[in-house]
Amino acid sequence: MGARGETWLWLLQRATAVVLAFAVLVHLATLIYAVRHGLSAAAILARTEGNVAWLGFYLLFATAAALHAGVGLRTVLREMTPWRGAAADLLVLLLAALVAAAGWRAAFGLFA
Amino acid sequence: MTGTLRVSVWRGAAAGRLVEYEVPAQESQTVLDVVSHIQRHLDPTLSYRFACRVGMCGSCAMSVNGVPRWTCRTHVRRVARDGRLELRPLANLPVIKDLAVEMGEFFAKWTRAGGAFVPAPGLGPDFARVAPDAPARQAASAGIECIGCGVCYAACDVVRWNEEFLGPAALNRAWTLLNDVRDGAGAARLGAVAGDAGCHACHSQQSCALHCPKHLDPTAAIAGLKRATAMAALRGAL
Ligand code: SF4
Ligand code: SF4
Ligand code: FES
Repeated sequence: MGARGETWLWLLQRATAVVLAFAVLVHLATLIYAVRHGLSAAAILARTEGNVAWLGFYLLFATAAALHAGVGLRTVLREMTPWRGAAADLLVLLLAALVAAAGWRAAFGLFA
Repeated sequence: MTGTLRVSVWRGAAAGRLVEYEVPAQESQTVLDVVSHIQRHLDPTLSYRFACRVGMCGSCAMSVNGVPRWTCRTHVRRVARDGRLELRPLANLPVIKDLAVEMGEFFAKWTRAGGAFVPAPGLGPDFARVAPDAPARQAASAGIECIGCGVCYAACDVVRWNEEFLGPAALNRAWTLLNDVRDGAGAARLGAVAGDAGCHACHSQQSCALHCPKHLDPTAAIAGLKRATAMAALRGAL
């Protein structure tokens, strides 16, 4: 990966951590709110459908989670296994893409 | 303390075994005294290193009851458990024989981390004047007393997991040079420390700082390198 790549991955890991710290709090708060107020699935969908702010929030959340997990998983692989080449990086990228795709699908599911 | 110490000592190279010796306990006795007693009175074929015996050279480092230490500055009564000691060669380094390890790779990493001073162009023959309270001078001073003993390196989990990791001592050295205003190789050094197994691989859990007999803080130095490389990357200068 080289010096520039490693440094950018490190920055990405820090930046996504900041996003996640904030996003997880919002997510937990909405969970607690929904449970406390006994919101049904339909009631929740009524609030999120067509709401660009919630769509944007969950797209950001899912993307940050996918990137953060990807970089972290790459580090774990490099420490716990002898596997460190471009193939390992590609596998991690693929997994991150899968996580992101699943997250985006869910976000759009709430939106439309 | 009187009586007898039971001391298990690693004998052999990578393949080897622990051999037990009985050493007379004394009131004031360092672990190095114990090793020397074994070598002088019980088995002259025991191999180990020491030079200064006063915590200046760093050559006597070994694993004492599982913890890397300078044996010349470690009193037996502080570390013996029920009159027992287990002495092994420093971890994370190839064993040459018994308690002596091969330090070649450890110092090769200092070189790979840009550990050599490179005079800045136009430095001139006169002494450079560096204000003692300048932040860079203070940052360099905090790490400059490293004597290359390898204790931190033996204590680092990331070195154990990834043998390529440059390690705390080499990165600490790079950080002191990065803060040396007389040095001219800063940009190249940032590239050297940020590679695949460089500063970003560090977990910041401070095992190195905990065990360094000089009470240096390589973790803080590495954090400095992470910041410096990140700033350079953001500026497009890495
Ligand atoms: S703080 Fe970093 S260099 Fe120090 S022991 Fe931990 S991983 Fe190794
Ligand atoms: S930082 Fe401390 S423990 Fe590490 S080599 Fe230098 S003096 Fe030894
Ligand atoms: S013999 Fe020199 S530091 Fe221990």
